[in-house]
Amino acid sequence: MAFEGLADRLQTTIQKIRGKGKVNEADVKEMMREVRLALLEADVNFKVVKQFVKKVSERAVGQEVMKSLTPGQQVIKVVKEELTELMGGEQSKIAVAKRPPTVIMMSGLQGAGKTTTTGKLANLLRKSYNRKPLLIAADIYRPAAIKQLETIGKQLNMPVFSLGDKVSPVEIVRQGIEKAKEEHYDYVLIDTAGRLHIDEELMQELRDIKEIAQPDEIFLVVDAMTGQDAVNVAQNFNEQLDITGVILTKLDGDTRGGAALSIRSVAEKPIKFVGMGEKMDALEPFHPERMASRILGM
Amino acid sequence: SRYRSVDEDFFEELEEILIQADVGFDTVMELVEELKMEVKRRNIKDPEEVQSVISEKLIEIYESGEDHLSALHIQEDGLTVILFVGVNGVGKTTTIGKLAHKFKSEGKKVIMAAGDTFRAGAIEQLEVWGDRVGVDVIKQTEGSDPAAVMYDAVQAAKARKADILLCDTAGRLQNKVNLMKELEKIKRVIEREIPGAPHEVLLVLDATTGQNALIQAKTFKEATDVSGIVLSKLDGTAKGGIVLAIRNEMKIPVKFVGLGEKMDDLQPFDPEKYVYGLFSNVIEEAEE
Ligand SMILES: Nc1nc2c(ncn2[C@@H]2O[C@H](COP(=O)(O)OP(=O)(O)OP(=O)(O)O)[C@@H](O)[C@H]2O)c(=O)[nH]1
Ligand SMILES: Nc1nc2c(ncn2[C@@H]2O[C@H](COP(=O)(O)OP(=O)(O)OP(=O)(O)O)[C@@H](O)[C@H]2O)c(=O)[nH]1
Ligand SMILES: [K+]
Ligand SMILES: [Mg+2]
Ligand SMILES: [Mg+2]
Repeated sequence: MAFEGLADRLQTTIQKIRGKGKVNEADVKEMMREVRLALLEADVNFKVVKQFVKKVSERAVGQEVMKSLTPGQQVIKVVKEELTELMGGEQSKIAVAKRPPTVIMMSGLQGAGKTTTTGKLANLLRKSYNRKPLLIAADIYRPAAIKQLETIGKQLNMPVFSLGDKVSPVEIVRQGIEKAKEEHYDYVLIDTAGRLHIDEELMQELRDIKEIAQPDEIFLVVDAMTGQDAVNVAQNFNEQLDITGVILTKLDGDTRGGAALSIRSVAEKPIKFVGMGEKMDALEPFHPERMASRILGM
Repeated sequence: SRYRSVDEDFFEELEEILIQADVGFDTVMELVEELKMEVKRRNIKDPEEVQSVISEKLIEIYESGEDHLSALHIQEDGLTVILFVGVNGVGKTTTIGKLAHKFKSEGKKVIMAAGDTFRAGAIEQLEVWGDRVGVDVIKQTEGSDPAAVMYDAVQAAKARKADILLCDTAGRLQNKVNLMKELEKIKRVIEREIPGAPHEVLLVLDATTGQNALIQAKTFKEATDVSGIVLSKLDGTAKGGIVLAIRNEMKIPVKFVGLGEKMDDLQPFDPEKYVYGLFSNVIEEAEE
């Protein structure tokens, strides 16, 4: 019975406890088994699940739950509280540089949603903060990546800086930022090519871009459907770039999105925004509590 | 050797490795239960001996009695139409480019249909692949009806006596009902123009995807009767273990794996090699 929510999962245990009228440690253990399952099915990394279950178990065997008349509900409450806590407070603020332009750099695996999110962020910056962004097309590898960003720029009526695909990304970024300074743009958004975290050459390229761009914000863009591998990706990108935040895409799907929790636990960087569709206005601030409910299937 | 005996710890570690590979809890439990029984039945004491039993079991789950699993249904003479479906960003367009290259080098006449009229730069992306591998692309303008593009492409493929027509579609999340309906319509148009077509409907799955891939497979199968899977991005650190559950529950075979972004980075799926890769960790640890 895959993909049941946590409440469904706890049903049997709750029934049993009702019959007995009292909770003991074995009951809590059984409940924790279900919690573990729910989290694994939501794609939370198994190591993260282990630590998490340990922590929740400690609270669950405490007075608060054991003596309660509704232990099942109490367990769910504890789990949700801890999950929300783990995922951090609301952090949807975007950095602002003391001296403009503020530079934002995107990074992530292939197909995560970087280019689309670059457009969405620019749109948000203009709409909600009245900013004037310049987009830089620094993906010279993916077929028609520049064209994709230019099309998005056209849709948004926003300028895109590009030097074609024969100039190195580092040089494109250098010249792009120069232009932004000269023409008084207040934000620069750098779209980079998707790459594997284990691709040393391309990861070095990102470090070189970082060196030249001195970004105020480095976002790791992650597909919300990512499974157990999310921890490897987040850890590697964070170690190599010291990212400032995460954007979780494709949350308009029906994935539970446990990757969010995995990423938080290994990178300890805030999830700032979530992508909720393919259109340019489908970017929202991240809500830890909603995410917790979603992971638990509630 | 790290494991001196085949005990509970051994099986627990095995469970973790499989879960870490995204195989999915239910399938892992089922598998490990069977393994335990088999180990008991054969009275196996040596961890190294278990390795081969694990491989056998996994491949057994995988193959469950069908042959020529990874072969495509290619028409002996006449046109073969292959439709590509899947969620956003998994590698549909890239896989089409790779397959076009493969068929072309086998001497076949190939045509590609730019059925993603929605995503910015999608048509141009396919055109770059067309230039790369030397294959024509049938297209309309951005925003036009994808079913109409397919109609054009089928007519062109017939007129030019092509052997293979590869149809790209826009990425769509399986819970978007309208977009899934659109996909059904695309397929219907192809069916109407060529009885028996599309001869393959390939669902592209990103190997980094977790348990959601199971729902993807179910929903896309319902909508388009998926005949095979392409498991892309296996060159990363993700293992794409969910294909075992998909195979187990839905009997959809994996036909190709994607191993990079270049045109040669596509290989036929090899269950034994794949299964070995799934838990090469256990094997290496046991051999240490
Ligand atoms: N449904 C949905 N689709 C999204 C979202 N964000 C991006 N996409 C889609 O995901 C696909 C990949 O997005 P891109 O922006 O091209 O991803 P990328 O990371 O730039 O890809 P590469 O440059 O190839 O690495 C496209 O089809 C996008 O429309 C989202 O929040 N929801
Ligand atoms: N590392 C790696 N990258 C891949 C592989 N297959 C595709 N990609 C990359 O993944 C990204 C998305 O690939 P696309 O072919 O555009 O995916 P798609 O499914 O057509 O995307 P949409 O049309 O936006 O839904 C691109 O950057 C590709 O180069 C693969 O096997 N390995
Ligand atoms: K992806
Ligand atoms: Mg991109
Ligand atoms: Mg595509």
